[in-house]
Amino acid sequence: MNTNSNVYTVIYTTVIVVVVAAVLAFAASSLKPLQTANIKAETLSQMMTAAGLGDSESFSSMGNDAVLATYSENIAEAIVVNARGEQIGVLKTDKDHIELIDNFKPENKAITEGGEPRLPVYKFKSGVTVIPVFGAGLWGPIWGYIALEKDLKTICGAYFDHSGETPGLGAKIKDEPSFKAQFNGKVLNLQNTKNPFDIVKGGAPEGSIDKVDAISGATMTCNGLDKAIDTWVGAYAAYLQSAAPAIQEAEVAQTVEE
Amino acid sequence: MANFKETLLNPILKGNPITVLVLGICSSLAVTVQLKGACVMALSVIAVTGLSSLVVSLLRNTIPNRVRIIVQLVVVAMMVILVDQVLKAFAYAVDKQLSVYIGLIITNCIVMGRIEAFALGSKPIPSLIDGLANGLGYGLILIIVAFFRELLGSGTLFGFQVLPAGYVPNNFVILPPFALILLGCIIWAHRAFDKELQEK
Repeated sequence: MNTNSNVYTVIYTTVIVVVVAAVLAFAASSLKPLQTANIKAETLSQMMTAAGLGDSESFSSMGNDAVLATYSENIAEAIVVNARGEQIGVLKTDKDHIELIDNFKPENKAITEGGEPRLPVYKFKSGVTVIPVFGAGLWGPIWGYIALEKDLKTICGAYFDHSGETPGLGAKIKDEPSFKAQFNGKVLNLQNTKNPFDIVKGGAPEGSIDKVDAISGATMTCNGLDKAIDTWVGAYAAYLQSAAPAIQEAEVAQTVEE
Repeated sequence: MANFKETLLNPILKGNPITVLVLGICSSLAVTVQLKGACVMALSVIAVTGLSSLVVSLLRNTIPNRVRIIVQLVVVAMMVILVDQVLKAFAYAVDKQLSVYIGLIITNCIVMGRIEAFALGSKPIPSLIDGLANGLGYGLILIIVAFFRELLGSGTLFGFQVLPAGYVPNNFVILPPFALILLGCIIWAHRAFDKELQEK
């Protein structure tokens, strides 16, 4: 048999490619449930890290089940709002049926193109509210969770992640604790829905409350993160403003009763 | 049997892919900050080199010579994606930590090098052993480097505190240049120990 003839080469490569594709498709679909469970637990860990319930390392070592249980114990309610601030749904929070909105791409499209985004709001029992942000970095998507205090504009924690930013540069939005720590105590400027927060190249001015320093060498990633925060917080602004006084009044009422 | 021993031991000692052939340097600088990551990376590379050598050796008489590199690449790529998928399912945190470097095993010269140099002209069992042994030789160096980097850079081994609490971690050790220096020292020690490796 002449293994160098054109016909043989074409048939051979075709067969190889089909076989390899079949093997990979089989592996991908049979491992999918395990991978989805891992991703879900990771999403919850990131959210809870932002909310100050632990750090990502301790969550990753405790196992998926424990992460789901911790979330279920600490969450007060998870709701879905639209860009006008109206509640349009509820997400289940009991351990075995935790619902999340973690596919941000269609929601991001809805926000930027004026559709009807489904925006998740996670309210923890500690009084902390967590909202996601999502956008484009230099090489791929970047996303994160911002934890807000009861006034729904003061940031008390943040967690960012990325799918493929450059290690040592853009990846620092995840790996550099001091970058995330800068967000603590900053206040979102919700009146300005176009630009409620800034990540400033060259350093935020001393004493500014809605600006943090960018990472040097990671301009594109930081610009992307800045845009992600502006876009998503802008979309949440209506909800955050309308919900904030209600929470405060409820608290005042509670103190009066006591 | 002597031949078998030679196939197994040569890539680990005299023909070590990192210290003698100086292949696979990039990933050995990148994934050796912690022992756990280095061990998983070593196992992944062992699996990929072993299995792709085996498969290519099984196919060796049927592969059309003109497209043999492409066929080898397809086989290696399949193994790498399989390893990545398995890690994502069973060791998600480590997979995240190793990030792109698992996918980049496909560009590791050791894999293609062994397939071209050995598996294409040898029977399946020796090829499997040759692939595994080369992965082992690579993994061994990876683990040695990671041992020192984690010990001096974080004061821990496998995440457990080993050095007393008063030890100030050396941040330079965590950076890739230190791995290069350490690798240089290992190559130096290896050559000083094995006179045959020295050029006249």
